[in-house]
Amino acid sequence: MLPVMQASPAESAALAAYPAAVRQQLFQYVLQLADTSLILGHRLSEWCGHGPILEQDLAMANIALDLLGETRSLYQYAAELEGQGRTEDDLAYLRAAVEYRNPLLVEQPNGDFAATIVRQFLFDNFHYPFLQQLKSSPDERLAGIAEKAVKEAAYHLKWSSEWVIRLGDGTPESRLRVEKAIASLWRYAAELTTPTATEKALQAAGLIPDYAALQPAMAAHLAHVLQEATLPTPPAATFALAGGKEGRHSEHLGYILTELQYVQRAYPGLTW
Amino acid sequence: MMEKLTANSQPLTAEKIWELLDEVLDPEVPVLSILDLGIVRGVRVAGEQVTVDITPTYSGCPAMNTIATDIRLRLLAEGIPNVTIRNQLSPAWTTDWMTPAGRQKLEAYGIAPPVDGTATGHLLNLFGQDTAVRCPHCKSDNTRLVSQFGSTACKASYQCNDCYEPFDYFKCH
Repeated sequence: MLPVMQASPAESAALAAYPAAVRQQLFQYVLQLADTSLILGHRLSEWCGHGPILEQDLAMANIALDLLGETRSLYQYAAELEGQGRTEDDLAYLRAAVEYRNPLLVEQPNGDFAATIVRQFLFDNFHYPFLQQLKSSPDERLAGIAEKAVKEAAYHLKWSSEWVIRLGDGTPESRLRVEKAIASLWRYAAELTTPTATEKALQAAGLIPDYAALQPAMAAHLAHVLQEATLPTPPAATFALAGGKEGRHSEHLGYILTELQYVQRAYPGLTW
Repeated sequence: MMEKLTANSQPLTAEKIWELLDEVLDPEVPVLSILDLGIVRGVRVAGEQVTVDITPTYSGCPAMNTIATDIRLRLLAEGIPNVTIRNQLSPAWTTDWMTPAGRQKLEAYGIAPPVDGTATGHLLNLFGQDTAVRCPHCKSDNTRLVSQFGSTACKASYQCNDCYEPFDYFKCH
């Protein structure tokens, strides 16, 4: 992207204040948030032109665009935190799968519409309360990004919640599909709120929300939506898959990056 | 060009810059100026140097770079080359910043303007919709939400139950 705009100085000033170790942790963490919204946004963009009806095709493209907007703000901040001259584009297009820090949930394939909805709902049910808390971070940049994104995440959560209800309380076929989607994706939900060493350190420093504090709101909304959808509550103790936030990914991420990074890999430095 | 340069030989003022910015239109809703939209958050003039702070309506608004370029071009046309445009995320843009004139222009253009006081709070009221949105065509309040997501990030799709016309609603935010 052309550097038509720049961050305001108030937002850039805080950077210098962090000790090197914290700055490095924050870099890793902001990268994780950026990777998460990039990969989920990319997955949703794969639906463009293939949605079940026009309005929902547009809805997924809109949500993808919101997530990509959040992604750009986050990568720009990550690039500044790193301070090695890499740009937002370098971070998105020139890192390998093992360097990506997104949780496994968001890289899971779109599957059918029910699988996409359940993946989105599990993510939104974390993303929205998370951003609400992140708004109060003492890190002004993260707080500003959250303040902007939380308004959009509210629309996303409303949309995915309503679709879980429509499908669950819909036809036998839609119910079967949403049940299968929950059975296959539930195992990825816990990773969202299980802190890594980096996250624990930043939580201890008070820079990012404590995920345990998000759990009551998340559990309440999940229970409400599943009840309205006449769907059973998934078992609390289940075999959970994790590792994406530390670079251990499913094979799916490699395929996503191959497509997403192709142009920059084939024609380094190409611009529009 | 020379004429314009001469005309601008008097010192630059913030007022002059605000006037010029009112001539820069939103590329996606070209009846609204960026001032009507409320996305210009500050203008500073220090000697020859102009700084303009703008804020996006939505994080992913693809128009932001175009708007920044249009601001540069408009000021350049007045012989003002030293312009810094800064992207300010906080405080986050809200439809409350849209001017009354902007709302009237929107409705005349066929897009229902945001209804005050319906911002984010009610969104998790599942299957609920914003309070009555007036049809910009026949002015009926008897309308229904088709989708929260419309042709651009800032709009929702509605339909009028009286004249049956579909229309865009600039959603409250």
